[in-house]
Amino acid sequence: MAEPLLRMEHITKRFPGVLALDEVSLEVLPGEAHGLLGENGAGKSTLLKILSGAYRPDAGTIELGGEQLVLERPFDAQRRGIVTIYQEFNLIPTMTVAENVFLGREPGRGPFVSWARLRDETVKVLRRLALDIDPMMLVSDLSVGEQQMVEIARALSMDSRIIVMDEPTSALSEQEVERLFRIIRALKARGLSVVFVTHRLQEVMRICDRVTVLRDGRRVGAGKVGELVVDDFIKMMVGRSRTQLFTRLGDHRALGPVALKVDGLWHDRDPSNPHATLLKDISFEVRAGEILGLAGLMGAGRTETARSIFGADRRQRGSIEVNGRKIDIRSPVDAIRHGIGLVPEDRKQQALFLELAVRHNLAISSLGNLRLAGCFVSDAAELELVERFRKALDIRMASPDAKVADLSGGNQQKVVLARWLALEPSVLIVDEPTRGIDIAAKAEVHEQLDLMARSGMAIIAISSELPEVLAISDRIITMREGRITGSLARDEATEEALMHMMAIDPAAASPAPAGFGKEAGL
Amino acid sequence: MTELAARGPEAARSAFAALLPLLSRYAPAVCLVLLMIVFAILEPSFLSPLNLFNVMRQISIEGLIAIGMTFVILTAGIDLSVGSLLAVAGLVAAMIAKGSTASSFSLSASTGQGYGWFAAMLGAVAVGLAGGFVQGLAITRLKVPPFVVTLGGLSVFRGMALMISASGPISGFDEPYRWWGQGRIGPVPVPVIIFLVVAAVAFVVLRYTRYGRQVYAVGGNREAARLSGVNVRRILLSVYVIIGLLSGLAGFVLSARLNSSEAVAGMGYELNVIASVVIGGTSLFGGVGTIFGTVVGSILIGVLINGLVLMDVNPYVQQITIGLILVAVVAFDQFAKSRRLK
Repeated sequence: MAEPLLRMEHITKRFPGVLALDEVSLEVLPGEAHGLLGENGAGKSTLLKILSGAYRPDAGTIELGGEQLVLERPFDAQRRGIVTIYQEFNLIPTMTVAENVFLGREPGRGPFVSWARLRDETVKVLRRLALDIDPMMLVSDLSVGEQQMVEIARALSMDSRIIVMDEPTSALSEQEVERLFRIIRALKARGLSVVFVTHRLQEVMRICDRVTVLRDGRRVGAGKVGELVVDDFIKMMVGRSRTQLFTRLGDHRALGPVALKVDGLWHDRDPSNPHATLLKDISFEVRAGEILGLAGLMGAGRTETARSIFGADRRQRGSIEVNGRKIDIRSPVDAIRHGIGLVPEDRKQQALFLELAVRHNLAISSLGNLRLAGCFVSDAAELELVERFRKALDIRMASPDAKVADLSGGNQQKVVLARWLALEPSVLIVDEPTRGIDIAAKAEVHEQLDLMARSGMAIIAISSELPEVLAISDRIITMREGRITGSLARDEATEEALMHMMAIDPAAASPAPAGFGKEAGL
Repeated sequence: MTELAARGPEAARSAFAALLPLLSRYAPAVCLVLLMIVFAILEPSFLSPLNLFNVMRQISIEGLIAIGMTFVILTAGIDLSVGSLLAVAGLVAAMIAKGSTASSFSLSASTGQGYGWFAAMLGAVAVGLAGGFVQGLAITRLKVPPFVVTLGGLSVFRGMALMISASGPISGFDEPYRWWGQGRIGPVPVPVIIFLVVAAVAFVVLRYTRYGRQVYAVGGNREAARLSGVNVRRILLSVYVIIGLLSGLAGFVLSARLNSSEAVAGMGYELNVIASVVIGGTSLFGGVGTIFGTVVGSILIGVLINGLVLMDVNPYVQQITIGLILVAVVAFDQFAKSRRLK
């Protein structure tokens, strides 16, 4: 085995309350494509950020070509030849391809940029990648796939030795993925190493030489593709052991009638949000009193499904029925009127008014029910509402007038839950209801969801943590690349079975097809 | 205490951090009181009731608009067109009152050709309301940023005012009309009463109504407001209608006070109005601010100008001072914010 180009050893990173990485090691050989695998939250992104200089490790060493590195900021990593391409690109859309490729390194004399040289140099780099992109085009006019190519061109122009790609294929079409793989092979042929972070196992089998698997911040396995098959990787990725404070009691209760019926939901590409997963023919039902788990890897389309039902994003096709009545939802206002609620995935960006008091945050959706007279809000009724939910959900706050920003994450999430409980919707969608909150608060949220279901609410729970989905759901449906890929009752579901449905394309079930088209001749 | 001392600068810093929200909340009021004390010492005539009412009367026109601007800025918007819209409204009021565009102190004021102050006031308010509505539509439907829409409005409305009054200022109104700008109830000038009444209503609306809550919510986090079922577009449209309406009312009151309406009225008002709101603690990023703060901010600017005038300071220095204070206040706001986020 050749001497590794990159050697990360015993990397440990701790965030408040979480051990994100626990003595993780990663070795990348020169000229190889190395897959970094793991479930959501396994620690891949943290490791990536350490490699790119965005985070500093608490312990551990990084060696590049036998030389020890201290990476204090992203610039240090770039200078050493480690370039990271993030999912959301780092390009300036209002500038040309050429300016972006050589941003900060524009050829020229003194303070003047030589446009002729800038253009020629860019053409050279693009040609090395066999790309046909006009260097004078604005980046905003390029497709997502082309923008990624510009990022790669920039990496190449920096004489990088390792290119790290975070979920590079999640927003690409099939042809674009093929082109990307062609380019990765070309990069390998030039002796560059590529670290490829993804959820898509089949792509790993196709493009990667070796793989490292993370789980719960630890390295749980590594090996050569070919010696290990898809099933081995799945076994390594799942089976996390986690203290589960909450387990749902036996589900002997009878479910009510169908509360929400979604039929044939489709999304076309939205130019204002090109990174969103496109939904393809999403259909399912949830009954009153049921908790339906919605599982899927990043980019599977779970959040898009939730937002589409709630009217937060524009929907092209598909029908929605609530309690047997077909309804037309064009905005969240419509959804709420018809008894659908949504706890969005990003508490701070999408749910809370951080500068406002707890009471105002809690009551914002139910002000109509707190009427004193006309359009006046009754202070007493509002305080009563807050008090009711403070007790029911055990919300810890200094007073109802405390700023919601001063509450802990768990208590903030309870405020958001209470906002919806106050409206008593027939369907509540919760997107990552326990993200970023501590274990005790997690258990309380789970318990609350259980209580709500028992009271007859239909709940759709989206979570990236399989143990959580398994613990709270009566039934689980899985999504992959914008499609529903299966449905399991709670007794049949295991992490492994779910992971299979979330990660593998049944149409291409066998691992690497022997020949995959022409290699790029560069 | 010894523990506190032992932790030294660390403790001092955290005490400071704890004090920051309080400071940023009451800073305008504290500044105002300090300023008044300074002026009272330097220039005793400053504190005479006559002078104080004078200050209040001077700020009442811009203060009215500042109330509307508070709604707009609470939603993270801005309105630069207020001075121009005020001019148009003032001219329309004058035309209605006079029954013509005749511009003279002629006896026509009492000849009864006009339609009286009530129709004039309604006309001014309607003009302001319409102007605000159109701008609000452009902002919410055409998605043009408020800065651009109202910058356009600044020019469009001024042009309209100049067209309307091609023959010069319209002056000379009857007694009941002038009362709205020059009259007094007891010792208190009528414009001051209008300003305070409007401020009180606005305070109640923002603090105690469903609508007020939604204004704060839209400014605090537009996406969260939308996902909470607030009709964001309607709220945004409404704040431009409100400020338009108040600009119109201000146009009427100003014309009554000056006994004249002219096309160049209200020139540059946007600066003082925005400054009053921002100095009063309303954040340009939206979601934070109060009517009380705006009233204090307006008075603070009025007191500053008045004090400097009494002390015979070069009038240009007034402008410099207001500009500097404005920037300093926003810098402090940013500083307090970054501290809180840490």
